[in-house]
Amino acid sequence: MSAVTHIKGRAVPVRGNDIDTDRIIPARFLRCVTFDGLGEHAFADDRAQLKEKGETHAFDKEEYAGANVLLVNANFGCGSSREHAPQSLAKWGIEAIVGISYAEIFFNNNIALGIPCIQVSPEEADGIQTAIESDPNLDVAINVETAEISYGASVIKGILHEGVRNRFLTGSWDATGMLVEAADEVAATAGKLPYMNGFQK
Amino acid sequence: MSERTLFDKVWNQHTVKTLPSGQTQLFIGLHLIHEVTSPQAFAMLRERNLTVLYPQRTVATVDHIVPTEDQSRPYADGLAEEMMVAIENNTSSNGITLHNVGDGKQGVVHIVAPELGLTQPGMTVACGDSHTATHGAFGAIAFGIGTSQVRDVLATQTLAMGGLKVRRIEVTGALKAGVYAKDLVLHIIRVLGVNGGVGYAYEFAGEAIEALDMEGRMTVCNMAIEGGARCGYINPDQVTFDYLKGREHAPTGAAWDNACAWWSSIASDVDAVFDDVVTFDASTIQPTITWGITPAQGLGIEENIPAVSDFPAEDAALIGEAYEYMSFEAGQAIAGTGIDVAFIGSCTNGRMSDLREAARIAELHGGTVPAQVKAFVVPGSEQVKKLAEEEGLDKVFVKHGFEWREAGCSMCLAMNPDKLVGRQVSASTSNRNFKGRQGSSTGRTLLMSPAMVVVAALEGVVTDVRPLVEKGASA
Ligand code: SF4
Repeated sequence: MSAVTHIKGRAVPVRGNDIDTDRIIPARFLRCVTFDGLGEHAFADDRAQLKEKGETHAFDKEEYAGANVLLVNANFGCGSSREHAPQSLAKWGIEAIVGISYAEIFFNNNIALGIPCIQVSPEEADGIQTAIESDPNLDVAINVETAEISYGASVIKGILHEGVRNRFLTGSWDATGMLVEAADEVAATAGKLPYMNGFQK
Repeated sequence: MSERTLFDKVWNQHTVKTLPSGQTQLFIGLHLIHEVTSPQAFAMLRERNLTVLYPQRTVATVDHIVPTEDQSRPYADGLAEEMMVAIENNTSSNGITLHNVGDGKQGVVHIVAPELGLTQPGMTVACGDSHTATHGAFGAIAFGIGTSQVRDVLATQTLAMGGLKVRRIEVTGALKAGVYAKDLVLHIIRVLGVNGGVGYAYEFAGEAIEALDMEGRMTVCNMAIEGGARCGYINPDQVTFDYLKGREHAPTGAAWDNACAWWSSIASDVDAVFDDVVTFDASTIQPTITWGITPAQGLGIEENIPAVSDFPAEDAALIGEAYEYMSFEAGQAIAGTGIDVAFIGSCTNGRMSDLREAARIAELHGGTVPAQVKAFVVPGSEQVKKLAEEEGLDKVFVKHGFEWREAGCSMCLAMNPDKLVGRQVSASTSNRNFKGRQGSSTGRTLLMSPAMVVVAALEGVVTDVRPLVEKGASA
């Protein structure tokens, strides 16, 4: 797998705390055996509801078309473990997420897809969202190694835990290859677990 | 850093090695799969020419998309049928046991594994489903995972995991009559918040937890994830062993004694160290129900819808969104809220003890579901359905105007034909009241205990179940 070191492009803000994975991708779109085609359904119900009210969701606004950095608030991706949620964002075009905090399963699912989720303070999250809202064409760049996010003339330093950061930098964000190598050690660990040998002493 | 807790012991015994990323490669003792989150994982294996390393440690069932009325194949929903065929092919070609519809052991994955005795203390359990936390009721460390991680477990029987802190949630005292495990966990989440558990494993302990039977313990651990915790568990004790004894996959003979000894040894030590401890008094908890759009937006049945000023300032937008979506106003009583649909089922409350109590409440009440309410009961598994029918519970439900269905997840997430319509309000025993969760993007969900759902169904409005329960106790 290739290393993920820099993400450059434009951003799209989706404001709100506790946005759950049912909202990112509603359950009816889970009736599928591949992740293909999920991109167009990201935030499907939120988008439809805003449209009814005469408003427009960021994912429907022309000025954010082609954005690759998603700007969120706190506890983003809570609820269901469905990988369909990050997959739908990835298929829409998202390559990195910047927000205050993430639900853990969602965070891990994103690692497995090579999408860094960077943590910033509430003020920083609001600051970058406001900046992008007033100028959607602002260039945004993320340095994965330093967790620095630059937009326009501003730079903020986010948090990306060292272990996770190393997986992106060394291209080991896809865990399978690394886990497969340890088959002998896995067998040794299994052999010591009482339930693996039927509790025969 | 926690020490000598069940979490630490199980984690250490299952550690294969420390990865270069600093994460732990953790051996997974039991891997459960279902039709929604596994097909893409098998496809990824095929793409990489990998095989399933320990097929006997993975067990499959189907639950999310299974219809609860007409189960004849092929399903009317072609996409659902395609998912069924995928899991049938993937399990048979990889030597994995599948408990399919009609074999007597199918059902919601988190109900099936415990009732078959597959879930045991001291194991690590993983499943591509967030409510895997349920299995922690046995003193297992159980993680919900995404599809890429399902691939990792299939290929290697391990996961790359970061460590967790351990919070002991000590519940003293006893629950009052008419207050159940569901109320207890809704109350805990309400107090600690939906992200209060981020970075933690929750150890539920104390006399009120020890007093719960295994099914109540599963209800509590099931919803640990709704409090943001990565997993929740309860130390195994005699209640755990009694539940497991004689189940299909439980050890027998000399192995049983060895197993009990090991299971006892993995419980948290009396001098275990926790990262923090939070205490609750069970006797102060009322029947608890949710009024908003996250499981933490709950309140006692005697309380009124809270004001924005009752919450921290950063929650104001979310609270406003909840009022608007639910059409509630601050200060309004929750009791007396009209409902359109009553759903009893799910991995939170679809087990025998839930159905027995629901039927008992229906009998105590004596009424019938009014015409404007649709009420239905979905047993959590084929085994639960069979046993309930042997006890005549199905007839009790039907007599009181409830529909009696086949086993599955049903309207917990509405991937099958069971769905809310428009802005209907549902009284539900499930675990999530997110916007759109029950199949209508404007549908509204009030989470509560099975007993509370039954009275809500029979009265047509949200009603305190305690007077009925007291009547039952004095009769
Ligand atoms: S019953 Fe609901 S929460 Fe449980 S596994 Fe099924 S869909 Fe998920």
